[in-house]
Amino acid sequence: METKEFYLQKYGLDTLLDMYRRMVLIRDFEENIKILYQNSLATGAMHLSVGEEACAVGACFALEERDKFVTYHRGHGHNIAKGADVGRMVAELMARKDGLCKGRSGSMHIFDASIGALGAQGIVGAQVPIACGIAFSGKLRGLDYVTASFFGDGASNNGAFHEGMNMAAIMNLPVVFICINNGWAVTTPVTYSVKAESIAIRAKAYGMEGVVVDGCNVLEVRDAVGKAVEKARTGGGPTLIELKAYRWYGHYVGDDTSRYRNPDDEKQARDTMDPIKIYSQWLLSNGLCGESDLREMEAQAKQIIEDANEFAMNSEQPSIEDMYAETYYIPEGGDVSWLS
Amino acid sequence: MAVMTYAEAIRLAIREEMTKDPTLFMLGEDIGIRGGAFAVTTGLYKDFPNRIIDTPISENAIPAIAYGAAITGVKAIAEFMYADFSLLGIDHVINSAAKYRFMYGAQGTVPVVFRLPGGGGRQNGAQHSQCLEAMFSNIPGLKVVMPATPADAKGLLKAAINDYNPIAFIEHKAMYFDKGEVPEDPDYIVPIGKGVIRRAGTDITIVATAMNVTKSLKAAETLEQMGISAEVIDMRTIVPYDKELIFDSVKKTGRILVTHEAPTMYGIGGEIVAAVAKECFSYLDAPPQRVGSKFLPMPYNKTLETHVLPQIEDIVEAAKSAVEY
Repeated sequence: METKEFYLQKYGLDTLLDMYRRMVLIRDFEENIKILYQNSLATGAMHLSVGEEACAVGACFALEERDKFVTYHRGHGHNIAKGADVGRMVAELMARKDGLCKGRSGSMHIFDASIGALGAQGIVGAQVPIACGIAFSGKLRGLDYVTASFFGDGASNNGAFHEGMNMAAIMNLPVVFICINNGWAVTTPVTYSVKAESIAIRAKAYGMEGVVVDGCNVLEVRDAVGKAVEKARTGGGPTLIELKAYRWYGHYVGDDTSRYRNPDDEKQARDTMDPIKIYSQWLLSNGLCGESDLREMEAQAKQIIEDANEFAMNSEQPSIEDMYAETYYIPEGGDVSWLS
Repeated sequence: MAVMTYAEAIRLAIREEMTKDPTLFMLGEDIGIRGGAFAVTTGLYKDFPNRIIDTPISENAIPAIAYGAAITGVKAIAEFMYADFSLLGIDHVINSAAKYRFMYGAQGTVPVVFRLPGGGGRQNGAQHSQCLEAMFSNIPGLKVVMPATPADAKGLLKAAINDYNPIAFIEHKAMYFDKGEVPEDPDYIVPIGKGVIRRAGTDITIVATAMNVTKSLKAAETLEQMGISAEVIDMRTIVPYDKELIFDSVKKTGRILVTHEAPTMYGIGGEIVAAVAKECFSYLDAPPQRVGSKFLPMPYNKTLETHVLPQIEDIVEAAKSAVEY
């Protein structure tokens, strides 16, 4: 952790405060989705990222606008951190026409080309090799964007992870692999599923640099990801960053964690691993803002969520015709009659 | 026209398209110096060193990289060394590429061709001989193409590369060295979705794919000697397929036989026959016939393999029984 002066000089006060705003917005978004889900306004399955806000904001603030990323089922925060329209996010989760994917993707498959969000994957680990393809495409065309691949501790145990990590290394691709180790893959603790001392250490086996970072500290996340992004952009190849955080809630909304987690441990983790509390204390103790500034920023986030809900509620149901027209790319005047 | 093999025709298509489009690339195992397991890409790496990408044995990553690249504005060809190996990377064919346009709200296209050397008859055994088109065909979002001649191998591959949809391009391994006339015109394409009548006839419509087109044409010669006039249709593409061509033919002949190398049971023949039964019911003079492999994995032993695979005489017998019904 560097000094206040270092961060002020490197990122500027506005950005430091923006990072707080965005973390609060992500948490409010997730809490809002929980309520929508409990009221049957959002349906299907919702995987909330409360407790992982510093991972999303720290990482996405280290990316440039032209950079791309792929994420996974617990990816709402990554989209918001990179700048997705929150109203269209809520609309998607409420399965409406104005959703980012026209109500056809839902929570687990959000895609927003306009911000470089190239697809949340419902298949665990798929985004590891997919990121290699996105990165290779840029390299082939001489473009200098970097691709971030977010995944969880669970994904680090499947074959796609291995193949993607190895490919990125041997092809020297501009990818930053960001493993958010929240301790749990559904009900399986990482202490059971990983024998190695860390997930990051696996990078060594691919000839890649691997680092473990406190995923509850947004500045440390941003520093680490920023360094890896810079390295990737300048031809230094991929990095694996393991961000240690805690999944505050169950695997999905409605998952009863008391079946597999000790409530005391859960409480202790929430007390000590709250990225928003940690960051607000840092801002306050360094005199970068006051309590009233924090409350004002929190109120702004609440307003954004309220507006988003209103936008989503007013959005129509999606079109059935669009499904037929948009399963395949059909050139103008092309025939879709064979689909029905 | 030039006479060349099915493999050379595929290579020519790739060469022409790579020359035209500097963003087209291909990746696969041993496709560089070795030219792939079937010498399809021989020499291409010399002309396109940055776009013919040799990969490690990573069949999950191969289609994933092709997909990831294709959604960002380049065209990709992913070669599986054998169609059977695609099962290690099927996630990205089915869950990634086929779903992309639909699931993500049509925010782009996926110009990716998955090349799949399939088929038996080479004593490669159960894990190197499968015909998986029925599995791919049941996936909305994918197109499925099966060329049966060198000219079609070229023309269909060029159409596939420029289709901007994910394509399962299923080649038959036992046909790679078959020769035929191939148009040299660099703009020659065979449109996806159109079948072709390879032999005109009046008594029965034989609808065939890939290697079974060749077998059907030979069967038709035998049938002719028996006084049976068979019309042979090469489907060329399975998804979408040329319904009108098949229906029009059946309305003329009153009989249908579908033949493919994949097992008859649960094969695409069932789909064709069902469509014909619905659309041409009153024209049918005999129950539809299907001729495919037995419902068994492919054995190594030649006699056993021959038993499992559909043979010319099986097509002759089935056609004869329909005509004599």
